[in-house]
Amino acid sequence: MAKTGLANSPKVTELAVEVKGLVKVFGDNRAVNGVDLRVPEGSIYGVLGPNGAGKTTVINILSTLINADGGTAKVFGHDVKTEAQIVRQLIGLTGQSASVDEGLSATENLYIFSRLLGLSRMQAKNKTTELLEEFNLSETAKRPLAYFSGGMRRRLDLAASLINQPPLIFLDEPTTGLDPRTRNQMWETIRGLVATGSTVLLTTQYLDEADQLADRIAVIDHGKVVAEGTPDQLKASVGLATLQLQVVRHADVEPALKVVRTVLKTRAQAIEPMLITAPMADPERVTDLLIELRKAGIRLAEVSVQRPTLDEVFLTITGHDTKEKLKEADHE
Amino acid sequence: MSNAQQIIPARDRHLKNHISVRQIIHDSLVMAYRGLLKMRHNPEQFTDVTIQPILFTLMFAYIFGGAIAGNVHNYLPIIIPGILAMTVLTTSQVTGVQIREDMDKGVFNRFRSMSMSRIAPLAGALLADSIRYGIATVLTLVMGIILGWRPGGGFGYLVIGTLLTIVVAWCISWVFAFIGMIARTAASVQGIAFLFLLPLVFLSNAFIPVKTLPGWLQGFVKVNPVSHLVSAVRELANQGVIGHDFWYCLLGAAIVVAIFAPLTVRAYMRKV
Repeated sequence: MAKTGLANSPKVTELAVEVKGLVKVFGDNRAVNGVDLRVPEGSIYGVLGPNGAGKTTVINILSTLINADGGTAKVFGHDVKTEAQIVRQLIGLTGQSASVDEGLSATENLYIFSRLLGLSRMQAKNKTTELLEEFNLSETAKRPLAYFSGGMRRRLDLAASLINQPPLIFLDEPTTGLDPRTRNQMWETIRGLVATGSTVLLTTQYLDEADQLADRIAVIDHGKVVAEGTPDQLKASVGLATLQLQVVRHADVEPALKVVRTVLKTRAQAIEPMLITAPMADPERVTDLLIELRKAGIRLAEVSVQRPTLDEVFLTITGHDTKEKLKEADHE
Repeated sequence: MSNAQQIIPARDRHLKNHISVRQIIHDSLVMAYRGLLKMRHNPEQFTDVTIQPILFTLMFAYIFGGAIAGNVHNYLPIIIPGILAMTVLTTSQVTGVQIREDMDKGVFNRFRSMSMSRIAPLAGALLADSIRYGIATVLTLVMGIILGWRPGGGFGYLVIGTLLTIVVAWCISWVFAFIGMIARTAASVQGIAFLFLLPLVFLSNAFIPVKTLPGWLQGFVKVNPVSHLVSAVRELANQGVIGHDFWYCLLGAAIVVAIFAPLTVRAYMRKV
């Protein structure tokens, strides 16, 4: 363990972020209302929720921008309030509003941030060149940011967060407003970060983004964590997978339904003329079912298992879908 | 990620929970450099410190010269220190407006999430603005000399007068920085500043002999700090004398800083 100053008592921890009972009140709005989070080191953790759910407020507390009204928040074991300067040495923040200098060029932005992070003139110059190349910004590096596209701005923003190679990176809605290609590039970059040993905490209102990237997800709504787990756990918690059978001959639909009901002992129904669906409680029984169907001489065109999507997860957990709340303003 | 290096884990890092004085100075200088870069990208923000000295010197000299001093040449020793004071004072309010604008932008969130001196953005901005006062002062003096002003005090005293003006302007900019902290928007900073500066500059001896004013107004003009600055610069430039007013100015400026610097810093720290 490294020698550290007297102000801190570092302990070996497996948690990059540990949040307990976090509360933040704006006026009469409890933006964050008792949030608990445990983010393991070296993972991508997704905080998923609609606009105004309190995601940005949580990020702002964790990145020492605002103080919480209740609860505790620790980054690698360091309290964000009492050890703010230590926490700031461990994090990189890519905020929702581009946190780069509009009046300066990309080169100047990275140079200034590098100098402020304690790099010498030479180191800062080298680091700037290195990051500009890494993020494909070299060609436009000298132009003012006013000419930058949304994707370029976001890349610069992320590059600026990586100057001091922080072990924890906050990404507040990193792909909101980006086109699909740029979004995929951003996803690749984020995966690359974790490969180098960083921990990433990202917020998103896109369910597929959390599904694609995150090792664990916390679903947050009205300032509360309403569900937490791996994407698969969350999907499983919603309920059973659905078995879908497509028969070849229309005449087989009724006999097939009968077989499914007897073997699986569940309610099966024909939702389309030749498509039968049934909740699948025990995957083991599907083998029996298929054997029985062959014995009965029923030919199948297709067999598939439909797993619930995260959209369904959200709907089930919160009782409303994600679009419902988009109109509500983010309380930031 | 082509040249991906492994990240040093948090527990293997050397961390400290305080910012050293050296780092505060270093960060403030970097932020001042940032201010200079911004100025280079937006030359139009120099309009006030370039156009104003030239335009006002010309206008005031030719409009009031004959009426007040008999001719333009005799008016120059009176008006140039006056315009000097007016220009740097109106410039000093820009600091407040710009800091306010800066703080409302996203980049400030990054500064606040970085391990850097909290006060550096403020200190850096104030430092960078000294350049503006320098430009305004030199341009006004050069304008005066082009029009035929020959400061009797000599070059050395002219430099002292210039420095005095810049120091006073820098001290006054703390007042506007404070207004910048407590005002709701950047535009309102400008409004408040204008309200203060206009009476202060015009109800002074900057452009006219005090004798011509009604008695009650003379009372105000004599205590107006702008009058002291103008008198001090006139004495320095025209007679080569460091008089009472010079010391009044420095004392007043020091008092302003002593009051407004802590107020500003406190309001600023509450915001960041």
